[in-house]
Amino acid sequence: MSDTPVLETRAVTRDYTTSSFFGGGKVVRALKGIDLKVARGKTLAVVGESGCGKSTLARIITLIDAPTSGEVLINGEQVRVGAGLTAALRRKVQIVFQNPYGSLNPRQKIGDVLAEPLKLSTGFGAAERRERVMAMLKRIGLGEEHYNRYPHMFSGGQRQRIAIARALMVNPELLVLDEPVSALDLSVQAQILNLLQDLQEEFELSYVFISHDLSVVRHVADDVMVMQWGDVVEYRSRDDIFAAPEHPYTRTLFDATPRIDPARIRARIEAKAARIAGG
Amino acid sequence: MPLLEVRNLTVAFDTARGPFRAVEHLDISVNAGEVLAIVGESGSGKSVAMLATMGLLPDTARVTADVMRFDGRDLLTMSAHDRRAISGREVAMIFQEPVASLNPCFTVGFQIIETLRRHTPLNARQRHARAIELLEAVGIPEPQARMTSFPHQMSGGQCQRVMIAIAMACNPRLLIADEPTTALDVTIQKQILDLLLDLQVRHQMAMVLITHDMGVVAETADRVVVQYQGHKMEEADVLSLFEHPQNPYTRALLSALPENATGGRLPHVDVAAWMAEA
Repeated sequence: MSDTPVLETRAVTRDYTTSSFFGGGKVVRALKGIDLKVARGKTLAVVGESGCGKSTLARIITLIDAPTSGEVLINGEQVRVGAGLTAALRRKVQIVFQNPYGSLNPRQKIGDVLAEPLKLSTGFGAAERRERVMAMLKRIGLGEEHYNRYPHMFSGGQRQRIAIARALMVNPELLVLDEPVSALDLSVQAQILNLLQDLQEEFELSYVFISHDLSVVRHVADDVMVMQWGDVVEYRSRDDIFAAPEHPYTRTLFDATPRIDPARIRARIEAKAARIAGG
Repeated sequence: MPLLEVRNLTVAFDTARGPFRAVEHLDISVNAGEVLAIVGESGSGKSVAMLATMGLLPDTARVTADVMRFDGRDLLTMSAHDRRAISGREVAMIFQEPVASLNPCFTVGFQIIETLRRHTPLNARQRHARAIELLEAVGIPEPQARMTSFPHQMSGGQCQRVMIAIAMACNPRLLIADEPTTALDVTIQKQILDLLLDLQVRHQMAMVLITHDMGVVAETADRVVVQYQGHKMEEADVLSLFEHPQNPYTRALLSALPENATGGRLPHVDVAAWMAEA
């Protein structure tokens, strides 16, 4: 096994120009030089609040957008989004979105949803495609009977399984998971997190896991990158960052996250009683 | 006597496949000055129960209850006119999507004043002064200047503050907050929850907080009702709920929290199987 990271970015920046009707656009730097590495079979969690640039980063890693400057390397090979991008390279990175209600075409049967990536980027015939879709349906805990059903016939958790399955159809090496469980109920969230863990072990997948939920991040991540205003404020191993967050913003984030801690509940109730008694 | 008392509440919606009961045989009471959290997953009927109490459900909903009283007054037999006088003045509500809850065509100042015009005898100048006071109380900087802002000119957190200002306009005795921070970033969530808890104690107001987030429950509630598929599973004070959860469903939910994972795996919570057994 080589030590080459599956994904590496070097000083990646991304500018957006806001153009007004009268011209004179303003340049907004959404990413201010991001360096990151994801090793094979590992999970990098990207944490930050809205506007911090994590979705812009996701678009660049997924090779949807090109960075304004900087380099993106997949398996050590530099990638240029545009004409030079081969199907073989594009297959290596796939994405799963937050909202499984919006990310599946309501008029497409599940079998077709899963077969489409194969149609687009492999030369498999219809029979081979069907066989692979059936195998994948089983792998994610659905059955052959689901092949001809439409998205609305599935629950949110099942749809997210389907979205994950679609991403896996072309045997990617890296999955970008953009808030994959934040639209799901707690009990369903647990199932999806377990599924992702199983798939990671089975296929040696690398994950870039974008999330705002620190308890989920703590559960899934090997490394954690905290972003604010397009910059990385802290980027360390999960154990280090949760043991002792260094950057003030990381601490602010951790402190703001609701916790279930009986001692904390007791202190809160006592403080409230004292405040009411004191008028 | 509880401030709000609801007994044997059932809410049914007519569907093509017959009536669907979103809430069944639910008893809920809220005492003056307390924070009651209603927690449940989607489809548990946690919002519907409170909307029914507020009289905010569409006509397709059939609401029945043995008792539905606010401050000793019977909400079931009350005229629509009298009930509207309670809603918005004595009982106020805020929702999940602050930006969608505000009217995009009017300034925030106008929308606060509208509530004051409907429910208070204040004159125009007093209303204007009170609206500024309210914006200040919910922590909006430069409240005077913000009076003429439109919702789209404000952030999600600020819009939720405006919603809270509108809800607080008449010093309600009960505030129902339906997932008030779900659409917000975690640091903003903390600010809004702190604001709500501060107002709650300051005005000795009762609050019903509807949420799916056990962490939010732990950080805010005095008492908790756990709901599942329209039924109340458990009711307990907040400390007992987390220290000694009684109901299997509550225990299953708490075990599904990533922070409670033992080893690398999360337990498989098969709620349906458990319900079939129970």
